[in-house]
Amino acid sequence: MSTGSIRIEVNGQTREVSGGSSVADLLEQLELDRRTVVVELNRRIVRRDDLDGAELEAGDRVELVRFVGGG
Amino acid sequence: MSTVLEKGAERDELARVDEPLALGGRSFRSRLIAGTGKYRDSETMVAALRAAGAEIVTVAVRRVDLDASKEESLLHHLDPEEFFLLPNTAGCYTAEDAVRYARLGREAGLHDWVKLEVIGDEETLYPDVEEMLEAARTLVDEGFTVLAYTNDDLVTALKLQDAGVAAVMPLASPIGSGLGLPDPVGIRILKRRLDVPVIVDAGVGTASDACLTMEQGVDGILMNTALAAAEDPVAMAAAMRRAVEAGRLAYLAGRMPRREWAVPSSPSAGRLA
Repeated sequence: MSTGSIRIEVNGQTREVSGGSSVADLLEQLELDRRTVVVELNRRIVRRDDLDGAELEAGDRVELVRFVGGG
Repeated sequence: MSTVLEKGAERDELARVDEPLALGGRSFRSRLIAGTGKYRDSETMVAALRAAGAEIVTVAVRRVDLDASKEESLLHHLDPEEFFLLPNTAGCYTAEDAVRYARLGREAGLHDWVKLEVIGDEETLYPDVEEMLEAARTLVDEGFTVLAYTNDDLVTALKLQDAGVAAVMPLASPIGSGLGLPDPVGIRILKRRLDVPVIVDAGVGTASDACLTMEQGVDGILMNTALAAAEDPVAMAAAMRRAVEAGRLAYLAGRMPRREWAVPSSPSAGRLA
């Protein structure tokens, strides 16, 4: 397990997370509900069941999206 | 006071002459599909959707705002048990983008339906039919039930049908314009030639627009701004519900022929000498 922090990009912003963090950890850190947020990691969707196992690496690009009002 | 409406007789009449809307292997009572954008608050939105009698409601997929203190989820207000949430690909300009948004929408929701929109021009929001056809084919291959926003070009609509979309959704007039249905003939041609449902998407501004649109024989209407931007969205939603039903009933009833001379309604025989 790596220690220290790594830099990733979340919704276009640079963020630091501790090494070894999973996508689920990131959602928790951002206080986001995993039931309503969809995660794209380096352009690939991470299924809800796989959030805990998806480990973040330096330079990863994460997109967090959810439903908003629209026509 | 007991009115006909209170007794539900008019709704029974609709049930007598009409069938449920068959769409993508499902069946819907309401022919009014409503968008969820641009409402001043969520309470007004939900009240309007209910007043409209909408079963299918569209939603968009966007980035979470990480700077917002505590964002309230749209899903907090829209119970998927009450409304069938239809994710759109609004704001996409390429097939690749639209497919990406559709996949995200599928993951965020509970099914594989998508309202496919691929825009080609910023000012008019007219569709890029080339990109849309490409996206439609990809998404149908991936098992999506695709409802495709398009213009009233018959050849494009036929290609979309061949691609396997579940519905063709021609615009009445530009998105958010409220200009109504300037070309009923174009819409009637689509309806006559297509086997898949035709749902008019965009342009309806007020109840008479919705009624006139349904009178052309189309299967339904999708509207958003007409409700959200009305001074009283809930009242307008109630009007739209009636207008869509009235237009549907009038279409099914079969209107009298037009003629350019008068024909008296009262008998000419028996007049006083």
